[in-house]
Amino acid sequence: MAFRHKNTRRIEGLDSNVWVEFTKVAADPSIVNLGQGLPDISPPSYVKEELAKVAAVDRLNQYTRGFGHPSLVKALSQVYERVCGRKIDPLTDILVTVGAYGSLFSTIQALIEEGDEVIIIEPFYDCYEPMVKMAGAKPVFIPLRNKNDGNSASMAAWVSKFNSKTKAIILNTPHNPIGKVFTREELQVIADLCIRHDTLCISDEVYEWLVYKGNKHIKIATLPGMWERTITIGSAGKTYSVTGWKLGWSIGPQNLIKHLQVVHQNTLYTCPTPLQEALAQAFGIDYKRMDDPDCYFYSLSRELESKRDRMAQLLQEAGLKPVIPDGGYFMIVDVSTLNVDLSDVDEKQPYDYKFVKWMITSKKLSAIPLSAFCGPETKRQFEKYIRFCFIKKDSTLDAAEVILKNWNKQTA
Amino acid sequence: MLRRAGPSLRHFLLERKNSAGYSSYSGEAKMSRPVQARRLEGIDKNIWVEFVKLAATYSTVNLGQGFPDFPPPDFLKEAFVRALSGENHMLHQYTRAFGHPPLVKILAQFFGKLLGRDLDPMTNVMVTVGAYQALFCCFQAFVDDGDEVIIIEPFFDCYEPMVKMAGGMPVFVPLRPKAPKDGKLMSSADWQLDPAELASKFSERTKAIVLNSPNNPLGKVFSRGELEVIADLCVKHDVLCISDEVYEWLVYDGKEHIRIASLQGMWDRTVIIGSAGKTFSATGWKVGWTVGPNRLLQHLCTVHQNSVYHCATVAQEAVAQGFQRELKLYGKPESYFVQLPKELQQKRDWLVQSLDAVGMKPIIPEGTYFLVADISEFKSDVPDVPDSDEPYDSRFAKWMVKNKGLAAIPLSAFYCGAHKNNYNHFIRFCFAKEEATLKAANDILQKWKREKTNP
Repeated sequence: MAFRHKNTRRIEGLDSNVWVEFTKVAADPSIVNLGQGLPDISPPSYVKEELAKVAAVDRLNQYTRGFGHPSLVKALSQVYERVCGRKIDPLTDILVTVGAYGSLFSTIQALIEEGDEVIIIEPFYDCYEPMVKMAGAKPVFIPLRNKNDGNSASMAAWVSKFNSKTKAIILNTPHNPIGKVFTREELQVIADLCIRHDTLCISDEVYEWLVYKGNKHIKIATLPGMWERTITIGSAGKTYSVTGWKLGWSIGPQNLIKHLQVVHQNTLYTCPTPLQEALAQAFGIDYKRMDDPDCYFYSLSRELESKRDRMAQLLQEAGLKPVIPDGGYFMIVDVSTLNVDLSDVDEKQPYDYKFVKWMITSKKLSAIPLSAFCGPETKRQFEKYIRFCFIKKDSTLDAAEVILKNWNKQTA
Repeated sequence: MLRRAGPSLRHFLLERKNSAGYSSYSGEAKMSRPVQARRLEGIDKNIWVEFVKLAATYSTVNLGQGFPDFPPPDFLKEAFVRALSGENHMLHQYTRAFGHPPLVKILAQFFGKLLGRDLDPMTNVMVTVGAYQALFCCFQAFVDDGDEVIIIEPFFDCYEPMVKMAGGMPVFVPLRPKAPKDGKLMSSADWQLDPAELASKFSERTKAIVLNSPNNPLGKVFSRGELEVIADLCVKHDVLCISDEVYEWLVYDGKEHIRIASLQGMWDRTVIIGSAGKTFSATGWKVGWTVGPNRLLQHLCTVHQNSVYHCATVAQEAVAQGFQRELKLYGKPESYFVQLPKELQQKRDWLVQSLDAVGMKPIIPEGTYFLVADISEFKSDVPDVPDSDEPYDSRFAKWMVKNKGLAAIPLSAFYCGAHKNNYNHFIRFCFAKEEATLKAANDILQKWKREKTNP
């Protein structure tokens, strides 16, 4: 009998993934890796120390509360009560998940289904589209446009994308990959549309602390009429430079969070205990100094701002046009000025995919092609951009500098 | 530079609001539907939420939820501390999504040895957030709307809601107890499937069967003969086998844990699930894995990369080192996989004695760290309530934790809704506990018995 066991419909076409392609290549140590978004700087020492302390406590190696370790949800409620200016119940308004990724999954599985439409702003963190599809829903894309490229007719597009089927909009601020920090006015427009159409807002705010001078991170959930329809997602990995701890959280009103909790209890039940306890302790330390510039939430941001400025300078000196981000730790760059002719390479791939592969082989520098973050209609518009990650130690940026300085010499 | 659209967008919106062509508030379609997705229907209840809270509030001795109250072995804790504090601080960052390379390599080696196969760490192994997430990936990857999945009762409670969440239909088949010989205590081996009854559950819509051996809650270790009956049906009906083997090392009295994937025709259709939590007494680390052929595992990878993507790195590094040690010591007396079952067997025997002495009839488990006991003789303490929605054993267990401070889990928790009253005078104890805990349990039971005989 022929083997009939193929995959389910829900995962049809969701098997390919930009990271699988590019992280393997960048694993080669001779490549200067500014691609995947992970720090090569050390997490703060007190975070590692707290984890070491926890390992010695026997009961912290066994199961904890499914929806979130008590000391962690308490610490999160304290920090976010202060930020949001409202009471947050640690037991009913918070769910701890396996990274912000797990929060996105739990939210989408809990609240989105076949027949729903979900608005995704392009470019977008690549998992939004497959997760929406896996839930049986239809992604509806709205591109961010560069004002300098003209064309403000896209404003009408915003309004036209909302209809009675629009279950949710996914917002990402500060934004990956562009580094945009949505202003209060922009958030108000989105909020007005959500309220008008009774749409939910899934707000991915993993880079919430990483905003640079002159910018302020505003939580859409704090706008009038939005708390009751918003799930706000955060990440320990981005907050404390520990992406490998894979802890995130969803915060929102009980009547929404309870459904995320049902998904969680039927998918992985509980997150690792020792990491949650250590994270709770770290949050305790920084909560106490939230009025102090030494608080890690602010000191990391300052550290990254100088790396951002250095990265931008290096790229400009190499004749490139970086888009200076207002937040996050990514920078996108228009590489068309380099005029690298790749027309004889595989026609089917977008230009930026070809460019990055060429850059990895011939320049030993990696990045991520921006079209990976676009829906099918928009890939061509963004294919002259690539994304660099700059949460890297000085020696990595030094190595990148050498490559960029020598760029023109090699191509001459 | 890509900047704010702000003022112009808002201005545009205000204008449009008043224009004739604008569609007015159209939320009615959404308003009439619940906010949550239909896939959550019927899966919101969870026995653990209630019983864990009760144990936390009332119990002095908690033999309820399944986790050890003793620590993981020193070599494992040391590996964890080495990983988190070592020079390589990149262990605090993302690792390979489908499993940290040192861990998948050692798992491929270890299970390759056990299965007598060459396993590729990159395609025959995938790491998950506990065995729980491995189960989730299996159902999401293979169960479509209308597919049937056979579940053997009593079952670890998550199988049923996971099948439903995937749109599947659970089909239940019970283990049935045979009376033990000569008034001896019953063994988990005495609970058996009726082969004809099992065969009748397979239809053209059957996608998979879930096998859990050693079985939670009974402790049954399926024999080769029993596995062959299941395997034959899987092959005959071209059905997948999801084999939950988290208690694979916890087998007693010299019994052998047999892996169904090693039977004829089964490797290609089986996903084996394992757990570091149960293997190394570290349930809070939430590291699990799947082992199987690439043509099945590739679909688990698709689910995984679209749900959690990566598992935490440091614990994977430590578990890898744990397995490296165990591979070196395999079969030797110092092996943790030899020592742990030895210790647990003693605890099992201790608890069996304790329960038997007071008139609760234990079913001696061949494996796992669970034991089910018949509480019929204690029924007088908790009167029957006719027409009660709640199964008797559940009321009994709640009464027991509140009044005696001893926490256990009712067996009905491991049956589907329709069958909860079939075996409703049994409760499940976890004996992966320190001697002091088991002694305290014994004291409670003895006192209870005394109170019954001399009220």
